[in-house]
Amino acid sequence: MADQTTTARSRLNVNLIGLEKSDYRGQPSTLCQGCGHNSISSQIIAACYELSIAPEKIIKFSGIGCSSKSPTYFLNRSFGFNGLHGRMPSLATGAMFADRSMIGIAVSGDGDTASIGMGQFKHVMRRNLSLVYIVENNGVYGLTKGQFSATAEPGLTLKGHGRNPYMPIDIAWEAVVGNATFVARSFAGDPKQVKELIKAALSHRGIAVLDIISPCVTFNNRDDSMHSYAWGKDHEAPLHELSYVPPREDIMIDYESGEIIEVTLHDGSNIILKKLEQDYDPTDRSKVLCMLEEANAKNWLVTGLIYINTTHPTLLDLYELPDTPLNRLPKNLLRPSKESIKNVNDMMF
Amino acid sequence: MSAVQSIEHLKPSEELEPKVNDFSITVGTVNGSGSQTSNLTILRALFKMGIPISGKNLFPSNIQGLPTWYTIRVSKDGFLARRDEHEIVVAMNPNTFSEDLAEVLPGGAFFYPDDIKLEIGREDVVAYPMPVKQLVNESEAPTSLRNYVSNMVYVGVVAQMLGIDLEKIFQALEFHFKGKQRPIQLNYDIIEKAASWAAENLEKRDPYLIEPMDKTHDYILTDGNTAAALGAIYGGVQFVSWYPITPASSLSESLDEYLPMLRKDPETGKNTFAVVQAEDELAAIGMAIGAGWAGLRAMTSTSGPGFSLMTEYAGLAYYSEVPIVVWNVQRVGPSTGLPTRTSQGDLTMTYFLGHGDTQQIILFPGSANECYEFGWRAFDLAEQLQAPVFVLSDLDLGMNQWMATPFEYPQSPLERGKVLWENDIEKMPDWGRYLDVDGDGIPYRTLPGNQNPSSAYFARGTGHDEYAQYTENPEDYERIMDRLSKKYETARSMVPKPIVKTQAGAEIGIIAFGSTEPAIEEARNHLAKEGLKSDYLRVRAIPFTTEVTEFIKEHDRLYVIELNRDGQLSQLLRMRYPDHSTKLTSMAHLDGLPLTASWVEESIKTKEVL
Repeated sequence: MADQTTTARSRLNVNLIGLEKSDYRGQPSTLCQGCGHNSISSQIIAACYELSIAPEKIIKFSGIGCSSKSPTYFLNRSFGFNGLHGRMPSLATGAMFADRSMIGIAVSGDGDTASIGMGQFKHVMRRNLSLVYIVENNGVYGLTKGQFSATAEPGLTLKGHGRNPYMPIDIAWEAVVGNATFVARSFAGDPKQVKELIKAALSHRGIAVLDIISPCVTFNNRDDSMHSYAWGKDHEAPLHELSYVPPREDIMIDYESGEIIEVTLHDGSNIILKKLEQDYDPTDRSKVLCMLEEANAKNWLVTGLIYINTTHPTLLDLYELPDTPLNRLPKNLLRPSKESIKNVNDMMF
Repeated sequence: MSAVQSIEHLKPSEELEPKVNDFSITVGTVNGSGSQTSNLTILRALFKMGIPISGKNLFPSNIQGLPTWYTIRVSKDGFLARRDEHEIVVAMNPNTFSEDLAEVLPGGAFFYPDDIKLEIGREDVVAYPMPVKQLVNESEAPTSLRNYVSNMVYVGVVAQMLGIDLEKIFQALEFHFKGKQRPIQLNYDIIEKAASWAAENLEKRDPYLIEPMDKTHDYILTDGNTAAALGAIYGGVQFVSWYPITPASSLSESLDEYLPMLRKDPETGKNTFAVVQAEDELAAIGMAIGAGWAGLRAMTSTSGPGFSLMTEYAGLAYYSEVPIVVWNVQRVGPSTGLPTRTSQGDLTMTYFLGHGDTQQIILFPGSANECYEFGWRAFDLAEQLQAPVFVLSDLDLGMNQWMATPFEYPQSPLERGKVLWENDIEKMPDWGRYLDVDGDGIPYRTLPGNQNPSSAYFARGTGHDEYAQYTENPEDYERIMDRLSKKYETARSMVPKPIVKTQAGAEIGIIAFGSTEPAIEEARNHLAKEGLKSDYLRVRAIPFTTEVTEFIKEHDRLYVIELNRDGQLSQLLRMRYPDHSTKLTSMAHLDGLPLTASWVEESIKTKEVL
């Protein structure tokens, strides 16, 4: 009886594929209380649940660092691989060849992506692997106790490490320049926008880079630090009000002509970008770069969909792969015919 | 083709005993001048004449301009190791002319372009000047190709003076230029003209002759990298990620060449494979591990520096138990070392590859045929053992021309190991990714895409328990590491057994691996004739199998022969068999060149005091 009661109650909270939100959860987080990463994990869970994506259709990837621990804290029912520092992109590249129907979600940090992993980050973008690539960006190395990362702003002072003398790496800028086909920035303190962007990224065919400012409450959350909650709240400058409309759902928002930009994704879903103060077109690369320059000069934390290109072929589009996932191909398709060996030997001298 | 060759003409002068099908030809040229085509043409023509041959390219790390040498061993008895001695020398490179001249054995023949006006000054060699420029200028070759075709002059002259069949030379050109008439004809015209010129103008004064035999028609001519690629294709390789490096590039390039021919789904025309050129070796192995983890037969190929870069990921593959195949076509280290020279110097590194306690599985092909066989077998082992498998080839094996028996279709079906799909999981009473159900140390794995909600796990390089959960618990850690050791013991019974060759009344044992085989076999033959019989074990895998143990137990004096400075195989054997270590004598040597039989013979003789 008890079981039936539970089932009946939970039915109220199931998504289109009959799963509860708890089916998307992970292990309890071992990150610090208040860590921005935990908030991002929650939004990944919410986005997947709300979009009714089966957890079994997702593969999680991460590198090394606090950020890279977080895939343990969401989607227990998804396969995942916690690889090497800065080298998650290659791991993901190989794995995604196995089954083209799978969706990849990768979580990295600013150390993992912008320092040791800069090479692989650049190349996974260049190849346009279909992958949601989230950078949980806090400007600091947490697990090794508070050293500067490559995204830290010059002049930042950290306890025990003095003053940062170097110019920062801007992940969104690198992504646009690196030919990523979906580039967004958000702020862990703006969970609604984080969730909408994750949903949009999950529908994008190609690499979707989400640079999410995710404050480190232990080592880098002073009000004047550019990766803190307070700074983010004061300086966030959304490019637009962004909402994601899943495939087959009607767009219900009323708008005046010229007020919105609508981007249709490959699966039929739409991203609705409602104009705020200025016009912003995320499909025009040169204007995107000008905007980023201006934002950096003026210390704005611009958030939203920075750039999108929905037409560029993905890595796997280039390989003429069969419909059956490569990892389910029968043995007879993996070994050439017995007759072929004679031809091979004839090809030798 | 007109038969310009006259048999009469080839008879050396009366007092000389003809020396037939048993000598070495070395050609000194300038790198990038197209001489490789000329040398391969001679080699292939000799092979088609039925004479056992091998060809070794001694080339610089350079695109164009530096000196390069090519040595062809012609051996009626089938001894195909490199020799230090050269009976026939062709000196096309003015910069190495004096050096090349000094290399000719007394009584040997020396061919050179007549525009090199340097003093010969040796009474004990037969010098044959060749009018290279004149013959090229008289030919129809366009100006842009004259440098390239000038190397065909020595093909013609040498063919005429040694008695190499021009018809076979034509066949070699047809093969090389894949039937394209224009280059075939262009090159052949020069060769024919040069041969005619030699027939009319040169008098045979050296004793070296080629005569047709019947010793190669059951063989093909190939290189180890091509063989390895074909083996991998028949082994079902699905994912290749690689980064260019000498001498491994041609392995992955061969995969790129042959995969589209052999591995399209006949019904849909779709590819059952993917090849990705990575941004570096860090990514090459990372991609292969991602693919191997997700259930593809995945491989990468590299050499020294790239192999060093793969170290950290090799440790991850070991600890997270991901099947992949890594070919290391060894070159000379340390560091950048000698990129275009051969070595067996990465053995101990491979065995321990990765930080922490690691024991890696290694295969050692000793011939082009074994490159092919291990090409497919490595995947079976990797997937059955859920572990990285390293195949140690080398530049000599990988890039030089070797006689091989025709490739055989694999006898056994693809062995894909313990993989659970949706329904299989239901039949397991308890499933954990790293749970040792069968007591052999090999757990059951699931693959991404499996839709059974209890199939997923989070693979990691961090400490984990049997259910792939993160742990720092001391007992958990030790238990998993002990099981990995147990799995390694299981591997011991599955890897290829050594090849043992005995001689009745053998006093000594020889242990070696890989491409030193021809030098050792030739040396054993010579030593036996001098009265020193030997048994020989060629290790084909690590972990060492029981046959290695038995061989060591059965012999009182053992010589471990290898191409490195420190005697790395010897080190590993001593570590494995400490009680027998005093019986082992290390004979290690590395100068970047393939081993010679005379080095082996002399080294053993100094110890055995014959």
